[in-house]
Amino acid sequence: MFEATELNFRDNRVEWAVKALFLLMTLLLILPVLLILGVLLYRGGPVLSWEFLFTQPTNGMTAGGVLPALVGTIWLVVVALLASVPIGVAAAIYLSEYAPQNALTRAINLAIINLAGVPSIVHALFGVGAFVYFFRFGTSILAASLTLAIMTLPVVIVSTLESLRAVPHAFREACWNMGATRWQTIWRVVLPNSISGILTGVILEVSRTAGETAPIMFTGAAMFMPLLPRSVFDQTMALSLHLYTISMNVPDVPEALPYGVALVLIGLILSMNAISIGFRTVLRSRRKW
Amino acid sequence: MDRTPTPPREASDFEVGAAADRPVEAAGDVAGGVAIETRQLNLWYGDFQALFDVDLRIKQGIITSMIGPSGCGKTTLLRTVNRINERLGYVRTTGAVEVLGRDILAPEVEVVQVRRHVGMVFQRPNPLPLSIRENVLFGYRIHEPAARQASRGELDAVVEDALKTVLLWDGVKDRLNSRATALSLEEQQKLCIARLLPLKPTVLLMDEPCSALDPAGTEAVEELIWGLRGEYTFLMVTHNMAQARRASDECVFMLLGRVIEHARTDEIFVTPRHETTADYIEGRYA
Ligand SMILES: Nc1ncnc2c1ncn2[C@@H]1O[C@H](COP(=O)(O)OP(=O)(O)O)[C@@H](O)[C@H]1O
Ligand SMILES: [Mg+2]
Repeated sequence: MFEATELNFRDNRVEWAVKALFLLMTLLLILPVLLILGVLLYRGGPVLSWEFLFTQPTNGMTAGGVLPALVGTIWLVVVALLASVPIGVAAAIYLSEYAPQNALTRAINLAIINLAGVPSIVHALFGVGAFVYFFRFGTSILAASLTLAIMTLPVVIVSTLESLRAVPHAFREACWNMGATRWQTIWRVVLPNSISGILTGVILEVSRTAGETAPIMFTGAAMFMPLLPRSVFDQTMALSLHLYTISMNVPDVPEALPYGVALVLIGLILSMNAISIGFRTVLRSRRKW
Repeated sequence: MDRTPTPPREASDFEVGAAADRPVEAAGDVAGGVAIETRQLNLWYGDFQALFDVDLRIKQGIITSMIGPSGCGKTTLLRTVNRINERLGYVRTTGAVEVLGRDILAPEVEVVQVRRHVGMVFQRPNPLPLSIRENVLFGYRIHEPAARQASRGELDAVVEDALKTVLLWDGVKDRLNSRATALSLEEQQKLCIARLLPLKPTVLLMDEPCSALDPAGTEAVEELIWGLRGEYTFLMVTHNMAQARRASDECVFMLLGRVIEHARTDEIFVTPRHETTADYIEGRYA
């Protein structure tokens, strides 16, 4: 009565084949990641040292370390964060918590999505026009970071919106019905329960800007600038551009050097991600629902 | 408190029926007063009219239940009394709503104050994602300037008082700082009542407060409400005829956005004046 029929056998074989196929695809997905890391470590690993991290490039960038580029990238990312986070989070809070659902907000949402699709080289041109010339910041960290900030703004807004919308509506209703204002509701209930998501999204996205080359190339990053930047109005080196330069434009660079620089860049991004995951874990554990 | 004069109206069946010997009218110091009054209240969601000429006088200090088929406007009516409906941009209201003789739709009325004095309890318990203690103090912190400087001891007293009133204190006193959302549904619903009490509300609106609870929880919450009768005015929507019958003094029957009948509960269940009321009560309404 309960024995498998011929039909069951066939279904089970299909089931198994489909599952195996999907598993294979998933493995294919992590293959490039492993390959990239493996190759970088294998070829760039030998150049890595504290000295590499903490000295300037020498001999026309064919030797020495990456200190100015590392410091420059940190400057660029931090200043970009300082600009994009307040604006992006505030805009997302407005859109999620205050804005009426009308044609204007729909247009704004559409604009944000489209902004996210603008290629980074176009952002770069905009940055040159707006920040370098119009606002007269010159080629500087400020101009480059603002360009990066504008580029990441849509992603910051969208990820913040998602975090805010993940907070159940019933909590807001409960607050409003007790006579809490919108802001009291946001401050006491919505933000504490979405902050981990907001931070995670923001840091993840902004860490991606660490690897961007085009938007900073014309706006603030220099190919060779051994002095460390002292203010946002200085130009600076950056890891991404440095990698590009020594790979393409400088003769007689030892083969391992670009891989070393790439490793440092990836390491920086991975540590930012680790920080954001740490943040999330701590904040999640405090959540009370 | 200055009372806006109410226009003369015909005495309804209900008013004649509400005889002077009602036992409940001994309860509360302003017993017999009117807590909520609506006059010719109409409400539209966009083009859809949800309330039609609602004239209601809800007496102070008693429990008034509201029954009627799903979609007849019970929730809508409750949400007009604390003005939460206006948050939806497309709601339009005409007519008057008074709470304790004050027109709450008047332009000078601060809606936050309305919601402070008119508390609401929902169908699904919705404690905030905070500790039990902070749930009780949430409204208090928002509305009481004293809460800002209050010592821990004073706040503790507020919490203890509210939780004792809702018969929750003994069950949770050792875990006031644990999350409220981990409580049982019955406890959560009691907490949702408790968090309104430090605001000293006059009216408590209850939208099917027991419908998410099991029979034991229903009984406990009903008993709690019954115990608070006299101190607060209750307007309680319920789907449960038995609950309306045993746990309310007066009963309002609504149908398709209109109030069909409002009378003492014992009268409406025994000798309803309208045929539709009788049909609904006896489960014949389709
Ligand atoms: N936010 C809303 N927008 C549009 N229509 C609504 C909204 N809320 C309720 N309604 C409509 O108003 C009528 C009354 O609803 P409601 O007051 O929730 O009824 P009840 O609580 O008696 O079940 C229903 O027809 C419902 O579809
Ligand atoms: Mg309802």
